[in-house]
Amino acid sequence: MLQILINGLILGSAYALIALGLTMVFSIMRVVNFAHGQMYMLGGFVMYYLYGQFGFPFWLALLLAGATLGVIGMAFNRFLFQPVLASSKREESSMLMAVGTALLLENVALSLFGEKQRGVPTLIDGVLILNDGDAYLPYSNLAVAVISIGFIVALLLFVQYTKPGRALRAVAQDKEAALLQGVNVKFITTLGFAIGAALAGIAGGLLVTLYGVNAGVGTNISTKAFIMIMIGGAGVTSGAIVGGFVLGMAEAIGYDLLPSSMTYLLIFVAMIVFLIFKPNGLFGKPWG
Amino acid sequence: MKLDKRRDFSVILLILGVLVVLPLGIGHSRYLMSVLMNCAGVAVIASGVWLTFCIGRINICQAGFALIGGYVTAILIAKAGLSFWIALPLSCLASALCGALIGSVILKLKGIYFSMLTICLTEAIRLAFLNGGDLTQGSKGITGLPQPFSGDSALPLYYLGIALLAIALGVVWRVHYSRLGGIFRAMRLNEDLAESFGVNVWRYRIMAFSIACALGGLGGSYFSVFTQSVYPQSFTVEHSIYYMLFCFLGGLEYVSGAMIGAFALTILFELLQDFQQYQSLIYGVLMIVVMLTLPNGLMALRSFSFSRPFRKGEAK
Repeated sequence: MLQILINGLILGSAYALIALGLTMVFSIMRVVNFAHGQMYMLGGFVMYYLYGQFGFPFWLALLLAGATLGVIGMAFNRFLFQPVLASSKREESSMLMAVGTALLLENVALSLFGEKQRGVPTLIDGVLILNDGDAYLPYSNLAVAVISIGFIVALLLFVQYTKPGRALRAVAQDKEAALLQGVNVKFITTLGFAIGAALAGIAGGLLVTLYGVNAGVGTNISTKAFIMIMIGGAGVTSGAIVGGFVLGMAEAIGYDLLPSSMTYLLIFVAMIVFLIFKPNGLFGKPWG
Repeated sequence: MKLDKRRDFSVILLILGVLVVLPLGIGHSRYLMSVLMNCAGVAVIASGVWLTFCIGRINICQAGFALIGGYVTAILIAKAGLSFWIALPLSCLASALCGALIGSVILKLKGIYFSMLTICLTEAIRLAFLNGGDLTQGSKGITGLPQPFSGDSALPLYYLGIALLAIALGVVWRVHYSRLGGIFRAMRLNEDLAESFGVNVWRYRIMAFSIACALGGLGGSYFSVFTQSVYPQSFTVEHSIYYMLFCFLGGLEYVSGAMIGAFALTILFELLQDFQQYQSLIYGVLMIVVMLTLPNGLMALRSFSFSRPFRKGEAK
């Protein structure tokens, strides 16, 4: 049981980081970024080449993974999403645009990197033995969890206490009111998209040290991110964090007891049942 | 928005007419016929997605219902020994019932919650068939299904596809251009307002979703006999997304939109067969290009008008 709890918490902290990026883009732009998983995958590849192949220091490679994806997110927002949002009143348009970018990123990655699974050296060697051998906690997993939580806290502080952070919150709450208050909405939405994409890149860069990466991992990660933000509530920061931990724990329990495909079947069924009672997730607003 | 019913009807009639007489021109070519059968099947499924757009829901689980239709047909034929002609309506019914049952739960959700849940639902349906034991035969799927027509000719199966497409379009047409269609449009614009005018929104939502699922099941059933097999991977989330693209490319304001998109893209991919490894990439680029350049679809292009020359007394 202790082992399941530890696995769940480690997974949950990384998942929360993934969900946070997705929920951020949604709250700012009302766009479900289907390419979030593919951005995660690209972050993993940046890390693989910089840290694994070229020998960059871990921190520098991680920040560069985030920065690279931030720039990609910024470009996507400026040249693809903003024109579509300006020209179409249908939310389906932005959704299909997001799907298009997901397919584009995934297939460009497939062409560039192939289907092979890539891995990098673990951060720290060694295993922590807990409770006289009841549970094992590799130090590298612990490091990933601590770094994930560090980034989550840093983002929360940024959003809470800095001027651009407050502007992000204002745009998320009411775009028109923010505009009237002198907020440069176009810049802030671009910033929000860039931060969301950067978080995906950082999560990918971080988790490549544990699970490796391949070009096809994106759709799976996006689906998990959707589950997390549906549990917590779309567009709500606390919801994304809680959703991440809930999914991490559910996966840890499921994988211990059931085959993986059965675990996900049960997670989907449980989520449908959950949404009957909480149609907007735990903390969500009725976005509609 | 004013509905251009005549243009819509002209396009449907023209395409169905061409499809009916085409075998005379192509000399019963098996390859060309299989391409067109594929187009017809895909268009039947996509017309269901189009219908859910009418009620303001983005349905990304149509592939799941096509999978239900395909598996019910396969199980009834291969395991229960029933004829395809009994299995086809039963598959359609099974998909509609599953749609009504699941819809009564998930149609409470709106916007992105609904869309994200439908993605998970497609996966859940696929995993359910994957874990179905001997009945669904896991990842091996059910293969070797007998064709419903005797003889070597692909012609009867081809005409079956055209007939199913005509039925699907007929159903969607009847719904869209009737009082029901007006109710659906009102619901898409503002559900609360529609409810305040006495519309039983819950009932109509489920009705629209069930019809859409039935069309998914119909297409899935056709595919299972057309390809003589069904696997959990036959219909995935990616397929559901392609059906959405078909609807967008054709045009969301026209019943013929889903059919135009399905035929245009399926034929395009047959022409690009040499680049099959880049299929998803081409789809991705197309989605981006369509969204940037054709937000209202092909049917909204002015030069696509069939009705303009017939209108009388119209101010220029």
